[in-house]
Amino acid sequence: MNQFGETYTLGRARGRKLLRFRLWVLLAAPLAAILSQVYVPLFFSPFTLFDLPLLVTVYFAVMRRSPMFGIFAGAGIGLVQDALSQQPLGMFGMVKTVVGFIAASVSVRFDVELAPVRFTLACLFFLLHHFAYAGLAHWLLGQAGEAEFGRALLMAFLNALVAVPLFHLLDRLKKDED
Amino acid sequence: METLLNRYRNVTVLLLALFAQLILLAYQVKTNEDVRLIRLWAVSAVTPLARLLETGRARASSLIEDYFDLVGVRQENRRLLAELGRLKMENQYLRTELGTAERAEALAAFQARSPSKTVAARVIATGAGQGSKVVFVDRGSNSGVQKGMAVIKPSGIVGRVMAVYPASAQVLLVSDANFAAGVISQKHRVVGTLKGTGSSHCIVDYLQNEERVEVGEWFYTSGDDRLYPRGLPVGPVTSAGTGKTFKQVHIMPSGLEGGLDEVLIVIEGVHQPIPESQQATGIYMLPVPQEEQPQPDAATAGDRSFLLSTEADRLLDHYKRVGEAQGHVFGEGPTPDFNIQPGEPAPAPAQAPGEGGSAEAAPAAPAALSGQPQAGGATPARKSVPAQLPKQRPAATSAKPPADEPVR
Repeated sequence: MNQFGETYTLGRARGRKLLRFRLWVLLAAPLAAILSQVYVPLFFSPFTLFDLPLLVTVYFAVMRRSPMFGIFAGAGIGLVQDALSQQPLGMFGMVKTVVGFIAASVSVRFDVELAPVRFTLACLFFLLHHFAYAGLAHWLLGQAGEAEFGRALLMAFLNALVAVPLFHLLDRLKKDED
Repeated sequence: METLLNRYRNVTVLLLALFAQLILLAYQVKTNEDVRLIRLWAVSAVTPLARLLETGRARASSLIEDYFDLVGVRQENRRLLAELGRLKMENQYLRTELGTAERAEALAAFQARSPSKTVAARVIATGAGQGSKVVFVDRGSNSGVQKGMAVIKPSGIVGRVMAVYPASAQVLLVSDANFAAGVISQKHRVVGTLKGTGSSHCIVDYLQNEERVEVGEWFYTSGDDRLYPRGLPVGPVTSAGTGKTFKQVHIMPSGLEGGLDEVLIVIEGVHQPIPESQQATGIYMLPVPQEEQPQPDAATAGDRSFLLSTEADRLLDHYKRVGEAQGHVFGEGPTPDFNIQPGEPAPAPAQAPGEGGSAEAAPAAPAALSGQPQAGGATPARKSVPAQLPKQRPAATSAKPPADEPVR
């Protein structure tokens, strides 16, 4: 394995860290993200470009490294987000379920505590979330989704920039276990 | 199954989670027709299956029904076949009855038209011998049938009565070798003797080779044999050729065609004229005036011998009446005066021609000789001179000279 692989992947020698979080953290963090997504845009409209619930889902999925956890985390966060939006229940839930599953599956192979890795993962998952949601809206609701890839790429970059410090902030709430 | 779920537990849970959220979405979202997505999906998912089930059920049901229907159809078919056979037999029977009724009607019509007195009879049996041309009819002496009576059909002569029993009679057919009858041709008035040959054809014998007989020409009964009334059809000539001694003329008897079911037995025959043959000239011609038919009058109304009115019969009858008028018995005493017509007073004794006879006799004799109708109503055909030859045939239809006609 090359230096890149040794740096960013989790080899057998280093083992796999199983990270746990306190229960109030698991409840408060997504709730705070959802509430901020609902309340902040009232005063700062560009805030709509960000998807904090998605970032929280990605964080918990990659840090927990459990696809099962990622599925339920994404489903739960997504359904709550649906409940506070004008969209039918299940739109964000389905997409975030998939994102949580994939993020948890991918985190097994990469060292997600590194900033570049977090930046890349956040960017990629945002794009996945964005286009999956557009496709689902088009298929189920008949809505014309945003097909502009440039805008989506910009949004992904911005969310990735926000994701790095957010992940660092949430690291302080984790409970390490060897 | 459990191992499979354990191995792919994460994917299974993912799919379950997605499915649950999809159902939740489908419950909430409505289509343009205001139908929930979940209902639309459920109906869309069930419809093909339901259609498949219904198709299968319908086919199975029709197969079973067709099978049972087939069984019923088979029974129905058997029943209909049996009924068809019965109806065919009944139809055949009714057709036979209808044919019999038509023949009976034709016989009755012929009987009504024919001046001869006839009695209808049905053929009930044939002769037992090989090649015998004999049949039995259901009329016998109880019905007035006598031996020698003629048996005819509207289409022609059939035969004559050979033997009579109380309720039946034996009839010799014209095709029998022992049968003979007098015939005359229609066109050329050639007289001959019809003889059976034992086969379906008959021959006309005793015709001179010089006689003219054409194929297709019809022969009729001449009445000379005192067996058949004159004028009954016998049959058409099928072949005519020159023979060693006599002309070879073959006839197909028309009376035997179409089978023998009902026949007429002539009890009292009446002679009729020979029908004239239709000449293919395209010119319309009137029928022959009925001069040969003797008109019945009051003096001969009850005389049976008047009915058989050949020329010889009429002459004989005339002689009888002359004799009766003069009170003469033939064979005794002097011969009567044949110049006196029956009903006229006897003339005065013979006088000199210059003295002048009675006024009644003078006009009576020319009138008698000329054949004018007399006060007694005698027919114009009656000749007062016994030695005079019979009247000539009408020139319009007879091409033969008078000398060729036989004396009757």
